[in-house]
Amino acid sequence: MSAVTQPRNTVLSRALRTPGLAIGVVIVVVMIAAAVFAPWISPYDPDDQDVMLVLVGPESGHLLGTDAFGRDVLSRILWGARISLTVGFLSTAVGVAVGTAIGIVAGYYGGLVDRLVVAATDVLLSFPQLIMGLLLVAVLGASLTNLVIAIAVTAAPAFVRLARGSTMAMRERDFVDACRSLGYSDVRIMFLHVLPNILDELVVMASLWLAAAIRTESTLAFIGLSVPPPTATWGGIVREGFDNLLDGPWLALFPSLAILAVMIGLNLIGDGLRDATDPRAPQ
Amino acid sequence: MIRFVIKRLLVAIPTLWAVLTTVFILVRVVPGDPTMVILGDQASEAARAALREKLGLGKPILAQYIDFMTQVLHGDLGRSLATNRPIVDDVLAVLPWTIELTLASLVVGAVIGIPLGVLAAEKRDGFADWFARIFSLAGVSFPAFVSGILLLLAFSVELRWFPVISTAKSDDWFGRLRALVLPSINLGLLMVAYVTRVTRSGMLQALGEDYVRTARSKGLGRRLVVWRHAFPNVLVPVVTVVGLYLGVLIGNAVLTEIVFNRPGIGKLIVTALNQRDYTLLQGLMVVSAFAIVIANILTDLTYGLVDPRVKTA
Repeated sequence: MSAVTQPRNTVLSRALRTPGLAIGVVIVVVMIAAAVFAPWISPYDPDDQDVMLVLVGPESGHLLGTDAFGRDVLSRILWGARISLTVGFLSTAVGVAVGTAIGIVAGYYGGLVDRLVVAATDVLLSFPQLIMGLLLVAVLGASLTNLVIAIAVTAAPAFVRLARGSTMAMRERDFVDACRSLGYSDVRIMFLHVLPNILDELVVMASLWLAAAIRTESTLAFIGLSVPPPTATWGGIVREGFDNLLDGPWLALFPSLAILAVMIGLNLIGDGLRDATDPRAPQ
Repeated sequence: MIRFVIKRLLVAIPTLWAVLTTVFILVRVVPGDPTMVILGDQASEAARAALREKLGLGKPILAQYIDFMTQVLHGDLGRSLATNRPIVDDVLAVLPWTIELTLASLVVGAVIGIPLGVLAAEKRDGFADWFARIFSLAGVSFPAFVSGILLLLAFSVELRWFPVISTAKSDDWFGRLRALVLPSINLGLLMVAYVTRVTRSGMLQALGEDYVRTARSKGLGRRLVVWRHAFPNVLVPVVTVVGLYLGVLIGNAVLTEIVFNRPGIGKLIVTALNQRDYTLLQGLMVVSAFAIVIANILTDLTYGLVDPRVKTA
């Protein structure tokens, strides 16, 4: 058993020694905490309008100012974190699960299934990711479920490719032959024996895709294609700020910084994990 | 060379066919009645029937598919539902703006990214290296609308160096160039990040090779060793990464055009979405997917130019 767990420990210990990764983890954990505890730590109700305090700056008793409806910007950012992070995590999870399952099956069986799957991912990858997301949300309608579906569809092809390639390499290995001669079913070999061996690569790419998914959600919200108002979304608040850029620059600034912080945190984690799992990287 | 281009184009045909089919299916076989989306739920049944007739939705799906394919093959993307203008005309009117912006951002990516990556590799773990790492981390982290708004706030609103709205008359070259600066920096930021990363890791590898040590021991100057001996090895990965992320660039161009209020394909896409103009949207999907396929072909051709070992014949 120790022979199996050892490489994983090395990866983990190498990862934790990377300062960037630690900073990334702290940033992301703080953001997740902010989202989870939003109902308790928000100073105001995110939808409460104060018509006497419209577009006032950070000096007004509202820490980050108010928007064009007199709503507290800090509270809206905290509540917006829930939408952005939920959509980001769910869509990445769905995209990774579906993409990996298809990729493993294609790589394991090869032949016609494989060729069809490769052709399908080629086509999906021919569309710019954002434009594909835009079109899907536009035709499905903007709701939380549809956002998750649309972003998962744009993420899945990359994971199909990755899982397929790694599975093809694993298929030729002795332990797969051994499993076959023991009479294990294909499903058991694919998901209990091949999958754990390609998990490292999938986790690294998933962490980078998480950043892409959250960026796509905030971008769609900025264009006006996320969960409809008055629900607070980061991209949506930035959009309101952009429309009032000269009257209240803070309205665009603060949610922008929140998005940026999450992006930097997730990219630090992704880069750190990649370096830690890359056998060519210096020890 | 010409044979290679023809071969490459032939290979692209099945992909293009599949792309067109996907667009057709996406726009047409989606749940819901398109006339409901276009006309709203208050419209009369007569109006719906008339619109279905106009869109060709009454025909069998296979006939619609053949109509669509024939149209596209003739270079006709149909007419806009909202304005009834030929979509090809609308696209051609704004295409130069988008191409101008994309090319300018590629120039920004190369002019900043390559020297930064080379310097970072030469002075590994030094100041330049840390700067390059932080800069490229920021570059991949900024959503294009966030960086655009911050640039706008800093340089147009606070410092007033550049116009807030980037459109300028096309005969005023200085004005047009000045209006291009912030958008191309915004779009180029991501390219700078990718180009820096790829250049840095490629140069680190190249600088460790035997022939670089030989060149150094011959007493060749630093500039000659770095730029003539080591640098050419980096060109292939740089071209690859530029080609690979062109799709992301097109997506970011949409946002850059919105934030800086420039005409272009991206602005047109958003207009089509807001007006529920499905034929325009379908045409723009076709155009952007074609752009990516063409970009892939150009990337393959560039390999032959930057690396003599790649035979294009």
